[in-house]
Amino acid sequence: MAELKKIATRESYGNALVELGKEHDDLIVLDADLAGATKTGIFKKAFPDRHIDCGIAEGNMMGIAAGLAAAGMVPFASSFAMFAAGRAFEQVRNSIGYPHLNVKIGATHAGISVGEDGASHQCCEDIALMRTIPGMTVIVPSDDVEAKAAVKAAYEMQGPVYLRFGRLAAPVINDRPDYHFEIGKGILLREGTDLTIIATGLEVGYALEAADRLAADGIHAEVINIHTIKPLDEELVLASAKKTGKVVTVEEHSIIGGLGSAVADVLSEKLPTPVHKIGVRDTFGESGPAVELLKKYELDGDGVYRQIREWLQ
Amino acid sequence: MTNQELKKIANQVRKDIVTALHSAKSGHPGGSLGAADIFTYLYFEEMKIDPKNPRDPDRDRFVLSKGHTAPGLYSALAERGYFPREDLLTLRHVGSYLQGHPNMNETPGVDMSTGSLGQGVSAAVGMALAAKLKNKDYRVYTLLGDGEIEEGQVWEAAMFAGNHALDNLVVIVDNNNLQIDGTIEEVNSPYPIDEKFKAFKFHVINVADGNDFDQLRAAFKEAREVKDQPVAIIAKTVKGKGVSFMENQVGWHGKAPNDEEYKIAMADLEKEA
Repeated sequence: MAELKKIATRESYGNALVELGKEHDDLIVLDADLAGATKTGIFKKAFPDRHIDCGIAEGNMMGIAAGLAAAGMVPFASSFAMFAAGRAFEQVRNSIGYPHLNVKIGATHAGISVGEDGASHQCCEDIALMRTIPGMTVIVPSDDVEAKAAVKAAYEMQGPVYLRFGRLAAPVINDRPDYHFEIGKGILLREGTDLTIIATGLEVGYALEAADRLAADGIHAEVINIHTIKPLDEELVLASAKKTGKVVTVEEHSIIGGLGSAVADVLSEKLPTPVHKIGVRDTFGESGPAVELLKKYELDGDGVYRQIREWLQ
Repeated sequence: MTNQELKKIANQVRKDIVTALHSAKSGHPGGSLGAADIFTYLYFEEMKIDPKNPRDPDRDRFVLSKGHTAPGLYSALAERGYFPREDLLTLRHVGSYLQGHPNMNETPGVDMSTGSLGQGVSAAVGMALAAKLKNKDYRVYTLLGDGEIEEGQVWEAAMFAGNHALDNLVVIVDNNNLQIDGTIEEVNSPYPIDEKFKAFKFHVINVADGNDFDQLRAAFKEAREVKDQPVAIIAKTVKGKGVSFMENQVGWHGKAPNDEEYKIAMADLEKEA
């Protein structure tokens, strides 16, 4: 694979907000003392009057976002995934989800690729938490192109959206003329016949890498990018599972409750198919450079490839 | 409106509360009855609202942060003409638009879904902030329980409101001194409530009798004059007010009257009318 340009999706989030902010003056950005890290600081610089720092009080920030939305504004409430989905879960559930308010949650620093900060800040449970809330849309963009498109689509739809971004610079894999983003529509990246790899977020790039290695072994993997975990593109998942008969899911999230579970939910009900879930295996992360952690937890291209080979045997 | 007129409405609101709860066979009479005069004052005197246009973007807003006293809010809304009074009998029944705790998408006149304590006040702050950002002059009112302010989120919201000088926000604390497990001092005292809000940059108004319309009128009038500060009205009320055997009884926080008790309660309220 040629060397790709790399951009962290949190950076894309900040940049996309500025672009949208130029066109829409009902867009308000909230942060909880992490504007530098979540990259909403970029928006703050462009639109200081529409960037509200709520301080270190994420539960209150979600409530304020709910009130702003109830009064007709479109707030993007931003923090680390750990605090947005974790600490503020109940506020998101009761003040945003239950009244189905038009709040967008921009959650950065998801997964173990947070790196050196360690397990307390490495949220591998957020997809599970958010997808259980009725009416919540959950999006995990894989790169800069997708992240920007997702932020725009989230603004344009009515209702609560959870957007999951990463800290680590991710290769830009969607920079092509025919790229089209639509909430709830997965993207078939590579056709294959022997198995289906369904990946999300940062893991989409690694899934493609693994598919290359598998191809060299004579195994033809179909690769699907599921950027929207909820609502899940069931049609695409079912069609591919029917074709290949084997499904592997890959995510930088716990294997409990995330993409793998969402896919297994659909397949077990509608087309029982063997599913192998690759992700964080019911454990906390730890400190270390992101790239080394991904290697240790077998979530880089090599780790994903090896886990698939093992499973196939 | 005269105090006499307001009293008459509050009496009807109380009857509606008791009747709705009796029909529901569950719910929270104590706090609903204790705050009945506050609900009445807000919806019949204080707030700029139009029952025919409950979603008017320029309306004043009310967030019932202590959402379990929904029967009080629903009864005031019904009296004000948002929906038929008979529908109060469907409270807490399957399929009713009158849920156990307020739902903004189902009940005309309800401005925010609440019920989980400590959360409504943040939404009220968000609504007040939206008015400032959009240069609108609507005001936002929110009612909190004195037990509710044990929730940390209340103080997160207060810190934000004070720092942002939200003078279009009025936080009312229904200070009936009782929560489920006992008096608020016994459980985990939030006193001194007024000093706390002062420390969070609020203009504080103490109301010695929050069931008295003269005192409520004076407090809300004072609140309107305040500039560059949010206002906290700490209103001492009697939980269960108007029903002899419920007044100041912690046991009547969250249970409905049976048939016998319902008769006595309605007779009490009839006497007062």
